[in-house]
Amino acid sequence: MAAGVAAGIAEHLGISVLRVRVAFMVLLGLSGLGLLLYAAFWAVVPLRPGDTSVPPRRDVGQLLPFVAIGLGVLLMQVIVFDSIGAAGTAGWLVAIIAVGAGVIWHQSAPERRRQWGESLAVPWLGAVVEESDRRAFVLRFIGGGVLVAVGIIGVAAVYSPAQNLDAVINGIIFAFVGLAGVGVVAAPVLWRTYNQLRSEREGRIREQERAELAAMVHDQVLHTLALIQRNASDVKTVQRLARGQERSLRNWLYKPTASPTERFAAALEQAAAEVEDTFAITVEAVVVGDRETDERVGALVAAAREALVNAARHAGVQTVSLYAEVEPDQVSVFVRDRGKGFDPDTVEDHRHGVRGSIIGRMKRHGGRAEIRSGPGEGTEIRLILPTSRDSSAERDR
Amino acid sequence: MTMADQSMEPVEGAGARAERLRVFLVDDHAMFRAGVRAELGAHVEVVGEASTVAEAVNRIAATVPDVVLLDVHMPDGGGRAVLEAMRRTHPQVKFLALSVSDAAEDVIGLIRAGARGYVTKTISPDELTAAIRRVADGDAVFSPRLAGFVLDAFAARPDAPVADPELDQLTNREREVLRLLARGYAYKEIAKELFISIKTVETHVSNVLRKLQMSNRYELSRWAADRRLV
Repeated sequence: MAAGVAAGIAEHLGISVLRVRVAFMVLLGLSGLGLLLYAAFWAVVPLRPGDTSVPPRRDVGQLLPFVAIGLGVLLMQVIVFDSIGAAGTAGWLVAIIAVGAGVIWHQSAPERRRQWGESLAVPWLGAVVEESDRRAFVLRFIGGGVLVAVGIIGVAAVYSPAQNLDAVINGIIFAFVGLAGVGVVAAPVLWRTYNQLRSEREGRIREQERAELAAMVHDQVLHTLALIQRNASDVKTVQRLARGQERSLRNWLYKPTASPTERFAAALEQAAAEVEDTFAITVEAVVVGDRETDERVGALVAAAREALVNAARHAGVQTVSLYAEVEPDQVSVFVRDRGKGFDPDTVEDHRHGVRGSIIGRMKRHGGRAEIRSGPGEGTEIRLILPTSRDSSAERDR
Repeated sequence: MTMADQSMEPVEGAGARAERLRVFLVDDHAMFRAGVRAELGAHVEVVGEASTVAEAVNRIAATVPDVVLLDVHMPDGGGRAVLEAMRRTHPQVKFLALSVSDAAEDVIGLIRAGARGYVTKTISPDELTAAIRRVADGDAVFSPRLAGFVLDAFAARPDAPVADPELDQLTNREREVLRLLARGYAYKEIAKELFISIKTVETHVSNVLRKLQMSNRYELSRWAADRRLV
């Protein structure tokens, strides 16, 4: 009625809820035995998940007729048998206890139960094992147990001669023994269920990670391997594919993802990756420090990219070094190769990119570019962009 | 094709060495060991190899090589376990970490445990030989990425309290050397750029290695702790 015990029992036995409730009412007539039983079931039943299934929706109004019937039966007992003695008192006592407990339960449970119902497919299991509510559950369990014990003691005290204190003490002892028994029986089941649910949840997380990895391997690695097999005769293509895949795997494994549109280091690494992909070379990128990008820093990245492209195009080497450092008052980028080199004095003759896209761009944004090169000595392009202290204070990596 | 061709070059006069260096390989990939053995055979004497930590500890103790090439990632504790087992009993054996990963954070644990340097597995045979020689001579081998990592870890930060200035800070000269290493300069080129001798460059790098091994800077312990290396 109050705790869904009748419904649970009904479902378990496969009979209608009404019959169970009527049975309780009839038993209620026998010195309140129905309520006593009900309270006992209530305390014990949730511990055995298989036996109970709380109806999804319960209306307090539904209970009123049954309460009325119960009261009627009690009244009849009093009138017909004219025995407002011990039995009647016990019945009332138990009835009061049960109603009080029911009120407490009703106030605490419904919204929480709905919550569980949404997050878990099995609401009652959630009620039993939900980690954050375990304390509440234990409290309710103890509360229910104490109520039952008090009820039993009360009944024992009423039935036995008032002076006989031994009987009362015996009652207390038996009540607690009974409670302890219930606890011992229920604890392992409860613990196992809880563990099972936890391992299921962990398994789900593992499965998710595995699926993510599988998707990545499928989308990227297998695809790249297929391309490599198809282009096996073309060394350049194979190298480019392998390098690109290596880079993407490394990023996936080691690096926190930062957006190239927001962070300097990410933007520079993206530029290096693009050059690697386009020209099938290796860019050894080392970036120390990081900062947010703005228009000027973006220009620095663009100039650095142009320097990398130049090295890739003209130096005739497989590897280009890229080093960048963010300091409080400046950002510097160094692009170095050990290739052919050139005479910087003749630069305008055949390298428009150097003058316009590198030197000019740096000047326009308040920075400077230096080129060190000589035939046969390799080339180093140094880009330095002074920054104001406040905007580049952060140096987190 | 890696950092090594920029940061190292065959040490001059190395070929005139009377005895060949005795090198030991520790790696769980047999293919890789065979490749290194074939590549190095002309320059150094490969006195043994091992594929597990226990095997490595036993055989290194038996052969006492000059240099051990140590894989970072191996089952049962990786290169670090080998280092920890050998450092006390055989301090004369030098270790050079070899990793497929160029994430310097991966290597910091090995450096802290006593390795004299770190190279990636894509290194060319000549560069590897040069690196082995350098380590055997008691010098340090830094890749550009490791140099960048050290610069980052030792960056002057207001929130990083300095407990021991001797160990927790880099000198300006050391910083300059590391910057040039990170920019892809070879030792010889660094010496020329800074108007100092190659020997002085090597001393600076060795000092940085010592600081990297001994310093308790927050960043170092944090990175190491993040990867459960300390």
